[in-house]
Amino acid sequence: MQETPTAPRPTTLPPSNRPAADPHLPRLALIGNPNSGKTSLFNQLTGLNQKVGNFPGVTVDRKTGVAQLGGQRRAEIIDLPGTYSLYPKSLDEQVIADLLYNPGAADYPDFVVVTVDASNLRRSLLLFSQLADLGLPAILALNMTDLAAERGIQIDLAALERELGVPVVPMNARKGVGVAALRIVMAERLAAPPALRFWEPEGDLLPLVRQIRYYFNLHNDYLALHYAHQFRGLRFLSDDDRAYLLELTEKYKFDSTARQAEETIGRYARINELLLEVVTVTRTEQREPASNKIDKVLTHRVFGYLIFLGILFLLFQAIFAWAQYPMDLIDQGVANFNELLQNNFSGPLVRLLTEGVIAGLGGVLIFIPQIALLFAFLAVLEETGYMARVTFLMDKLMRPFGLSGKSVVPLISGLACAVPAIMGARTIESWKDRMLTIFVTPLMSCSARIPVYTVLVALVVPDESWLGIFNMRGLVLMGLYLLGLVSALVSAFALKKILKARERSYFIMEFPVYRWPRWKNVGLTIMEKVKAFIFQAGKVIVAISVLLWVLASYGPGNRQAQAEAQMQQQADAQRWPAAELERRVASARLETSYAGTFGHVIEPVIRPLGFDWKVGIALLTSFAAREVFVGTMSTIYSVGQDADLGTVQQKLANEKDLNGQPFFTPVRALSLLVFYVFAMQCMSTLAVTYRETKSWRWPLGQLVYMTGLAYAASLLVWQVWG
Amino acid sequence: MAFLRRSPRTVAPTPISSRRTANDLRVGETATVCCLKDPEMALKLLEMGCIPGTQVRLAGRAPLGDPLMLVLGDEEYTLSLRVSEATTIQLKA
Repeated sequence: MQETPTAPRPTTLPPSNRPAADPHLPRLALIGNPNSGKTSLFNQLTGLNQKVGNFPGVTVDRKTGVAQLGGQRRAEIIDLPGTYSLYPKSLDEQVIADLLYNPGAADYPDFVVVTVDASNLRRSLLLFSQLADLGLPAILALNMTDLAAERGIQIDLAALERELGVPVVPMNARKGVGVAALRIVMAERLAAPPALRFWEPEGDLLPLVRQIRYYFNLHNDYLALHYAHQFRGLRFLSDDDRAYLLELTEKYKFDSTARQAEETIGRYARINELLLEVVTVTRTEQREPASNKIDKVLTHRVFGYLIFLGILFLLFQAIFAWAQYPMDLIDQGVANFNELLQNNFSGPLVRLLTEGVIAGLGGVLIFIPQIALLFAFLAVLEETGYMARVTFLMDKLMRPFGLSGKSVVPLISGLACAVPAIMGARTIESWKDRMLTIFVTPLMSCSARIPVYTVLVALVVPDESWLGIFNMRGLVLMGLYLLGLVSALVSAFALKKILKARERSYFIMEFPVYRWPRWKNVGLTIMEKVKAFIFQAGKVIVAISVLLWVLASYGPGNRQAQAEAQMQQQADAQRWPAAELERRVASARLETSYAGTFGHVIEPVIRPLGFDWKVGIALLTSFAAREVFVGTMSTIYSVGQDADLGTVQQKLANEKDLNGQPFFTPVRALSLLVFYVFAMQCMSTLAVTYRETKSWRWPLGQLVYMTGLAYAASLLVWQVWG
Repeated sequence: MAFLRRSPRTVAPTPISSRRTANDLRVGETATVCCLKDPEMALKLLEMGCIPGTQVRLAGRAPLGDPLMLVLGDEEYTLSLRVSEATTIQLKA
């Protein structure tokens, strides 16, 4: 077939009957099979003019953008989730039904652009024919024409346009070929719905369909049939409407599954007939596609796993090592800015701004390099088609735990940071698998736990080797990571038994052919994820940071002032240097603050775990983020801000209990370590879980479950060995 | 654990009376789809282009025997599906 993007003949287009100066932007929906190049086309059409929101009531992202069309016209474009048919099999696809079945809705599209894979025309036309039969004005974007040509598939464009009754624009969306022609066709705005029908309900279906059609005042039979199939899932129907439809379908003994199968087979029969006129295949030689050859290596029983491990290793390098530089820069930048403010201004408001708001903001910004790098990696793996192979390799290993192959990437990303990992769980279509994955991902030991692990392990584990080979500290550290992994898998296994699936879980998917990634798509993915994180999770993080700052800075009554005066007296008596005084005062103020009071209040609760009120404060402040632990411990044991880890360790080692013995015994440290392995002490994770699940049930469940687990495990450690 | 079991194709020969399914194919073998057993799974398979009369070729299995890769028709696109899903695809003798 021809590669050049020919502008379609204007004669095939019905004239636009809308006034040119239409006040509302025409709204069009982009719809197509998964891997049909829909996202590439959306990015080509809208560029940076994209907005990511949510479809009402569901977690599915609703991507919209404004596209510049030909002739100075503009249009709003909605990018719908990829689907094979109009009968939804997942919550993602349900969005499509909600949008397209309610002509009265505010954002009902004026027309749809259907992306179709030219190398797989028959299957792609199934969805198109359903849309056409709904009476939606449509344009066919015939994508991947290069791939079709490569496989010797020739498509007679004129015949296809005639047989389908809508304009057909050949294109290669990844390279941007044909997009200009599509803009021109879209600007023409088809006013009349397509005249051709591909399949219509008939025979014994008609009485049911007609009753629904007149009851709801619908414009076509096929739409009425969809009401009969899907009334349970359509959000815009009232309870009365549903009751009516339930009664009606029962009266006519309507068998939804059988009718759908019948319809699909009927459509394929019509499409096969139509394609005879349109497609000719000339196979020069039966050579094996390159993708199959690559698959032989990448899904090989040995090399497949080795290559996957290699890619994981690279991912960790990126997230742990490479991200460190920009993270340090951000950390330093925020600190410098704070210092600048503190040096030039003073007062409680400035302290609120610097120690509360900006410190909290810094806590948000610091994650950006890791999120950007992780999603750059994931986007490249997704774009090239490798991700589908990873799920293929890992599915069987994950299933005993109630997870699927698609859970692997979020779980591994969770070792870096649970926040982007939970966002990455979006690729999992099955609701149950996705919720399980989101729920257990924070149990993987993330990078924020590393400072806690290193300080405590170095404190109590001797730097010796075991059997002359293994470093003891390394072994304990590895043990903590394994503990996290095992608890994640076991928790998933337990939750699997509790959770009732609302939909059937399918694994079946199409293997995309291998391709080079489009860097524009990768870049847009990174932008979108970082923006979502900053604006949605960021709000919550800043709010809680401010709250924690207030709790740690102010205390009940005038106890703080008294403690400070007392320190002052001691300082005068014992001639402390100014720096020493400052540290003691900070420590005393913290002890008498609300946070310190809280530490004392919860002491009875955490005493069975072997902790005192000082650890209690660290636990509380760790809720903002675990890495705060080290800073809090150093404040509370009155070590100056700029102390390096060595001195924190010394202070911890010097801490004595009532009998004058060292406070941090190995068992006490182990109890604390185990607590940090399990406990949910990360409000960023809770915020992102809320954002991703759109329900407080899940983050609250994580908080209660993980903290309960942490408590039980620490209790076990301290009571048995302590 | 489940993944330590041997892959299903080596476990037991299928009874002669029951039809062969896509899961019984040898790697590289081609056959024609006869019918789809599980009605709900059938809908999904139909939508993805696995229609009675289509040719299927078992292109390979994951290292642990499950899932498997099925190449459809002469249009050469690959589906990945679990053994439990493949056993619902019955083949013409």
